[in-house]
Amino acid sequence: MRLETKKLSFRYHTRREWVLKDLDFSVEKGECIGLSAPSGSGKSTLALLLAGYLKPVRGEIQIDGKPLPQGGICPVQLIYQHPEQAVDPRWRLRKVLEESGQIREDILDSLGIERAWMDRFPRELSGGELQRFCVARALMSGADFLVCDEISTMLDVITQAQIWSVVCAEAQKRDMGIVVITHNQCLAKRLCSRIYELPSYGGNYLQTGTNI
Amino acid sequence: MANKQDVPVLEVDGLSVSFRMYDDTDNMLAQKNLQVISDLSMHVHAGEVLAVAGSSGSGKSLLASAILGILPENAAVGGAMRYQGQEMTPDSQRRLRGTEIALVPQSVSFLDPLMRVGAQVHGDGRAHIFRRLGLPEETVSCYPFQLSGGMARRVLVSTALITNAQLIIADEPTPGMSLDQALEALRFFRETADDGKAVILITHDIDLAFSFADRIAVFYAGMIVETARAEDFSTGADALRHPYTKALWRALPQNGFEPIAGFQPYAGSMPKGCPFAPRCSFRSPRCEQEIPPIRDLCEGEVRCFYAQPHQGKYA
Amino acid sequence: MKRDKNRWNKRTKVLILTVMLTVVLLFIYMIGLLIPGEAAGTDLRHAGQAPSWAHLFGTDNLGRDLLMRSLKGLSVSMTVGIAASCISAVIAILVGIAAAIGSRHVDGVVNWIIDLMMGIPHTVLIILISFSLGRGLRGVLAGIAATHWTSLARLIRGEVLQLRSQHYIAVSRRLGKTSGWIMIHHMLPHLAPQFTVGLILMFPHAILHEASISFLGYGLPPEQPAIGIILAESMRYLSAGMWWMAVLPGLMLVVIVLMIDRMGENLRKVIDPCSAQE
Repeated sequence: MRLETKKLSFRYHTRREWVLKDLDFSVEKGECIGLSAPSGSGKSTLALLLAGYLKPVRGEIQIDGKPLPQGGICPVQLIYQHPEQAVDPRWRLRKVLEESGQIREDILDSLGIERAWMDRFPRELSGGELQRFCVARALMSGADFLVCDEISTMLDVITQAQIWSVVCAEAQKRDMGIVVITHNQCLAKRLCSRIYELPSYGGNYLQTGTNI
Repeated sequence: MANKQDVPVLEVDGLSVSFRMYDDTDNMLAQKNLQVISDLSMHVHAGEVLAVAGSSGSGKSLLASAILGILPENAAVGGAMRYQGQEMTPDSQRRLRGTEIALVPQSVSFLDPLMRVGAQVHGDGRAHIFRRLGLPEETVSCYPFQLSGGMARRVLVSTALITNAQLIIADEPTPGMSLDQALEALRFFRETADDGKAVILITHDIDLAFSFADRIAVFYAGMIVETARAEDFSTGADALRHPYTKALWRALPQNGFEPIAGFQPYAGSMPKGCPFAPRCSFRSPRCEQEIPPIRDLCEGEVRCFYAQPHQGKYA
Repeated sequence: MKRDKNRWNKRTKVLILTVMLTVVLLFIYMIGLLIPGEAAGTDLRHAGQAPSWAHLFGTDNLGRDLLMRSLKGLSVSMTVGIAASCISAVIAILVGIAAAIGSRHVDGVVNWIIDLMMGIPHTVLIILISFSLGRGLRGVLAGIAATHWTSLARLIRGEVLQLRSQHYIAVSRRLGKTSGWIMIHHMLPHLAPQFTVGLILMFPHAILHEASISFLGYGLPPEQPAIGIILAESMRYLSAGMWWMAVLPGLMLVVIVLMIDRMGENLRKVIDPCSAQE
């Protein structure tokens, strides 16, 4: 199985610059691939496109030659940098987990999710704890591909190591493909079999000399 | 490095911060006090960069607010703070902030969305600071929404550097910047300190912290569990004092990438004794009963009964 | 974690006040409903008496006890006002959601109608609607219901638009949830508190409008003891020095309206997440 983009182009508005242009990128099942590029060059946009949160302006995203399904559980799940924005603040966390279907106790155990947290509201937990829930939710959805957009940037390094060890173990077990977006090169080297340099196309932001 | 003077620019002595909040889980009407920072003592001298490192939710951002006196109204503050040897009061905090003490805020939303950057950052040497931070001249005439996340952060950094403050508190200045930009911003803080100012760098990014700071205060569950010299981090886990700091070091991707089980306790569900005890392999019944006091050890400080000067003891 | 049980905190006080207001309002309403017709019956022997212990609000030109009559009138006005507000709120939620999730054209049309309705003075609009429907209960209800939904609809439209852009809604969609499911499980729980407060704050407006329309003679028929009718009758006797016929029922109307308004505002304070910290 393979997730790929075919001549993918995207811009947020017809009067804006292209954020991504004619991008060909692919990730195989069982592969862990890193994405690196300067800030503001469309990494997060690509993440949103891959997981179906945005629609390509031109080009296509395919799984095994077929376009991403519109309804049902998306086989590409995104884990986001800000877990507090990815859970409904009025829901108890048990409901957050149940949204993805069957709760798998083994995933909860390996992520170190305390059962008492399940009856709490999101604002009562820290970012690190919430991110464990978001990871659990993505893993339990049965997705074939995970897109991880800076998922451990705001966490302490111990939680970071904890979460990644679970994600990697689960990915290996289920032969999932993973796209890792991180600015931390040591982390990328640890996790990824190859690192893809995203070409820059001006972007929708002012470009600056990043290498001073 | 630090040209030590006798009077620290800022000295914090036994600071505690707690919040009065409604407890919505079981009884909408009950209020509780959440202790978010307990018994925090630290000092920073002119010419020094002190990094305060801790994960999100450990209460470290509140430290900046407490120093500046900009905590929300439902907060209660205990302990004492001295600026250049002078006891700080709400009045003097109001006078000092923005002139003597400058803040680089955590969120880009601290920029006024309706003002051009030039109107928000003004003063002598702006061109120089912008050049150093890699911000093009035109940035001055941009509105904040026209900037990328990394650029907006650099503008925030410039707002603090342009004042003539003696103490700069940077609250997470680097997320969203590329590695180069982050390094450059930190190098700028380093140079500011070398010019004789004091810098407190609040960050969760321990990697970056130890390459630019002189000392690192490690924050865990609202307490400082260790203050280490930056060299100790480069030396390795054995040179570090507290079991949590050692675990942090080992969890870095470039070191072992080894996690430890458990989670950081949060305000409202603190264990009775040492906050790290539930995850610590060296705990004793004593650790579960009382919070260890902070004590000096090997030119640093540690909050652990059993930390010892000998290297390799916990390896 | 210390809990403070000795002193009442702000939220408790606000809540107690709200409950007290609700009880008083319900009490007045129930009295008005339960008073037998005779209590406010005609008694020409005692016509035109000033307030006294026997008749706290005095009596009118036909000797009817004004306190009883005002209470009855108020409960009629409250019934009409609340019923009209509820209809209006249903319109608001349907229109608000349609504007937020419908096409850009639907949104444009809805906003245009809202602007238009807000641009015309309510009283004029209600008179026109009520008059064209032959006045009476039906006319007043339709008039008030048709004019009061605009600001609540605008609020709901804004809320839904803001919710729709939330990341967790997008996550829910990628987890295979349908729009209907998301509306029920994610959106309605967010809208419910806003909606409730908006509805309660609509009551005083509706009651006042009912009273003024009936006062002007375009609303409830004169045989109904609505508060507007009482006030309209009293006008003729003001020059005869019977001030109590206008002042006391009018004052009571103002007090009731203010009480409902306060109740809504308090409820809003309790619901407001910012009030969790103080």
